[in-house]
Amino acid sequence: MELSYYPGCTIKTRARNFEDSAMAVLHELGVNMVELPRWNCCGTVYSLADDDLVHHIASVRNLMHVRKQGHEKVVTLCAFCYNTLHRANDIMRDNAEKRFAINSFMDEEAAYEGQVSVSHLLQVLRDDIGLEKISAKVQKPLDGLKIASYYGCTLLRPKSAAIDNPENPTILQSLVKALGGTPIEFPFATECCGSFQVVDNRDFVNERAYEIINSAVKNGAEAIIVSCPLCEFNLRQAQVKLKQKYTDFKGLPILYFTQIMALSFGLDIKINDFELNSTETQEWLKKEKLVV
Amino acid sequence: MARVELSSKKLHSEFIKKVAEISGQNIYQCYQCGKCSAGCPMCFAMDVLPNQIIRLAQLGLEDEIASSKTIWLCASCLTCDARCPKGVDLSRIMEAMRLLTLRINKNHIEPSKMSTETLAELPAIALVSSFRKLTS
Amino acid sequence: MYKLMQNIETAHAQKALVIGGGIAGIQAALDIADAGYQVVLVERTPSIGGHMIQYAEVFPTLDCPQCIMTPKMVEVSQHPNIKLLTYAEVKNVSGKAGHFKIEILQKSRRVDHTKCTGCGACWQKCPGKADSEYNAGVSERTAIYIPFPQAVPAKPVIDTKHCRYIHYQIFMANKTEGKKPPECRICEKICPVNAIDWEQQDTIVTEEVGAIVVATGFDLMPLNQIPGYGIDPDIINGIQFERLLSPGGPTAGVVKRLSDGKIPREVVFISCCGSRDPEHGVAYCSRVCCMYLAKQAMLYKNAVPDGQAYVFYIDTRTTGKGYEEFLQRGIEEGTLYLRGKVSRVYRDRDKLKVIGVDTLSSRKVEISCDMVVLAMAILPSNGNGKLFSLLGIETDIDGFVTESHHKFHPMETAVDGIFVAGVAQGPKDIPDSVAQGSGAAGKVLALFSRARLKPQEPVKV
Repeated sequence: MELSYYPGCTIKTRARNFEDSAMAVLHELGVNMVELPRWNCCGTVYSLADDDLVHHIASVRNLMHVRKQGHEKVVTLCAFCYNTLHRANDIMRDNAEKRFAINSFMDEEAAYEGQVSVSHLLQVLRDDIGLEKISAKVQKPLDGLKIASYYGCTLLRPKSAAIDNPENPTILQSLVKALGGTPIEFPFATECCGSFQVVDNRDFVNERAYEIINSAVKNGAEAIIVSCPLCEFNLRQAQVKLKQKYTDFKGLPILYFTQIMALSFGLDIKINDFELNSTETQEWLKKEKLVV
Repeated sequence: MARVELSSKKLHSEFIKKVAEISGQNIYQCYQCGKCSAGCPMCFAMDVLPNQIIRLAQLGLEDEIASSKTIWLCASCLTCDARCPKGVDLSRIMEAMRLLTLRINKNHIEPSKMSTETLAELPAIALVSSFRKLTS
Repeated sequence: MYKLMQNIETAHAQKALVIGGGIAGIQAALDIADAGYQVVLVERTPSIGGHMIQYAEVFPTLDCPQCIMTPKMVEVSQHPNIKLLTYAEVKNVSGKAGHFKIEILQKSRRVDHTKCTGCGACWQKCPGKADSEYNAGVSERTAIYIPFPQAVPAKPVIDTKHCRYIHYQIFMANKTEGKKPPECRICEKICPVNAIDWEQQDTIVTEEVGAIVVATGFDLMPLNQIPGYGIDPDIINGIQFERLLSPGGPTAGVVKRLSDGKIPREVVFISCCGSRDPEHGVAYCSRVCCMYLAKQAMLYKNAVPDGQAYVFYIDTRTTGKGYEEFLQRGIEEGTLYLRGKVSRVYRDRDKLKVIGVDTLSSRKVEISCDMVVLAMAILPSNGNGKLFSLLGIETDIDGFVTESHHKFHPMETAVDGIFVAGVAQGPKDIPDSVAQGSGAAGKVLALFSRARLKPQEPVKV
């Protein structure tokens, strides 16, 4: 299987651990991810203003290039990129007036009408590859490890972009089960981590992280998996401060879902780039004998 | 708490008209049930509840909106949109209100004043999204 | 536009059909029968009584509905002018006002009601189990059953889906794989009058009637339709809570959590779940929930004196006689009213966390409670659509029967001779349902009485 792959900025820098583990896992599963040539930043956030077209251009340009690449579907790892590209794509497909304006502005490219579909890797794993195939590749089952799946916002809202039931998503839990882990249900799985507010209001984001991580701990989780580099950053960086502020706060290791896939597939530990996860996470991995 | 004077002129001011235009929402569709506020993850830090922001708009009280912390604390998580029984996209209304300040070239955060440590620590996704949302 | 009757022949059927055995249908049937005309009352469940008979106490008088309804129900069963067909459904309708030909499917009960004395020996011994419809799933009933002690008729039916002997028969007939179900037949063995009749078939009863009253009532919106409120044994709807409050109910009036049987000390009631919610539910207001939540909070406080009730509301709609006073009494007696909606309810070990808001005090509120009661929207009765198209009557976009004029003809439909009463026309409380039942009966009687006069000249409108 060959898929067009859109990485996005953070995947190539701070979240290299997400990409490297994902690529290794997909290689195991027989999927060839072809990186979109000359991709540009998707813009991170989708503009919510009706009269704003200029902020969709970056996303649309990428989608045009996917077509040029000869593909009908593009896959992302970053949940934020997924959301932004998907919704920009919907505009090009559904809104004739805006489509015309954007195509006219980017007249050096072929007119684009939303012919490409935007998918997140989790959809590919669930719908195109199938959990059975993933289970079959497990060499070192996760031994009942209690893992809480944190979805955040961008995979589930708005409804038009949701990859699963927005109130009760199960896709990550099914994945955990397929890898031999124990999925932990907890009520903050779909609650926002605070997103970009971490730049100017870090303390408030830390409070959000406190609630989310506490809830997972209360429900018995030993680790949290995420699919968004911003969620990963927010939940990871909060923990040092939270341990200082709240004496009873027990942090949790934060991992990308592709990293636990790579671990359970028995792949070379180095491809996970665990040095980009927190030191506590690395210590925990050693303690659990997940890394030697 | 001072008395507010309501008038047709204030209710239909340029600010209010622009909020409706940029957001594409009918602010009068909101019947103030408060479900948005109930579900808002950033509500704990806000001075005015999200549903009250719409109420201020319904009453034409644009100065109180512009001076609130609330619209700048919104994380655009879309939980309010998903839960609203009347189908009001509050996140779009928040964005419109922010833009009415940002578009007159008033940044809410100043990238130029951020320390090199902060800029180095934050991942691209955080920086770019905050610049998009909170600067002109 | 309402059309005047044209040339009704004098020899029309002096009989009315009432579809639905809830309070509106019962009232209509009694009024028509008392006026001297024949009535066929068709009810699809095993007993008449509808939803009203499920409630613990009715607002604002706090009468016991079983006590006030049973005389009416008995009157229906014994009235010389009323033919009561329970466990039956209207299958076909043809003809027009004055001469409707009706085919009614009398479902097989597999119990011969001419022999059965209602002694109860069979349902006391039956091993088959199913969710009790009368108790809204809070408890179970047997496969051979009467739905509740005051059922009319007080003679059982066999629910073939849950009867072990029926399963055995199907297994033997189809030579299915797997374990053979037991050849139970305990009811047959224990019945002192040989009333069990396994060979009893569905039959078709035909009637010719001059007028029809549709009184098919309502069902509640399913609990899981509104996002944010999880599925949980302690998140229940209003009818389930009524059964818990009811002294004759499955817990003998002791309010217990369905999860662990403990008495809840803090109960949250949430208004407008599905109502006034065009995005996820229906746009209209269900009209009775503000009052029944107020009532349930008061009855709860009565049952659990040191308990605390909270009601999340957007408005309080208390327009009937004595209603506003009733609500204020509840508030003054200590029910805490919070103006705002609830975003989420989720389980936190043995508690339920309610995340809501009080817009009056501008506070986001969180309550760790023991039980949550959701006021789910009132919807037209399940499966009505087919019946309504058979009758040729119009419904609105919400599925309620459309009146031929909103103000002046609220009980008449687009079809001459077919009338509507009760919640089938739109959400309403019991007094209004009874009033409409009588009103529809009045319309039927007017139709019948006109037919005794000379044929009228056709009148164009």
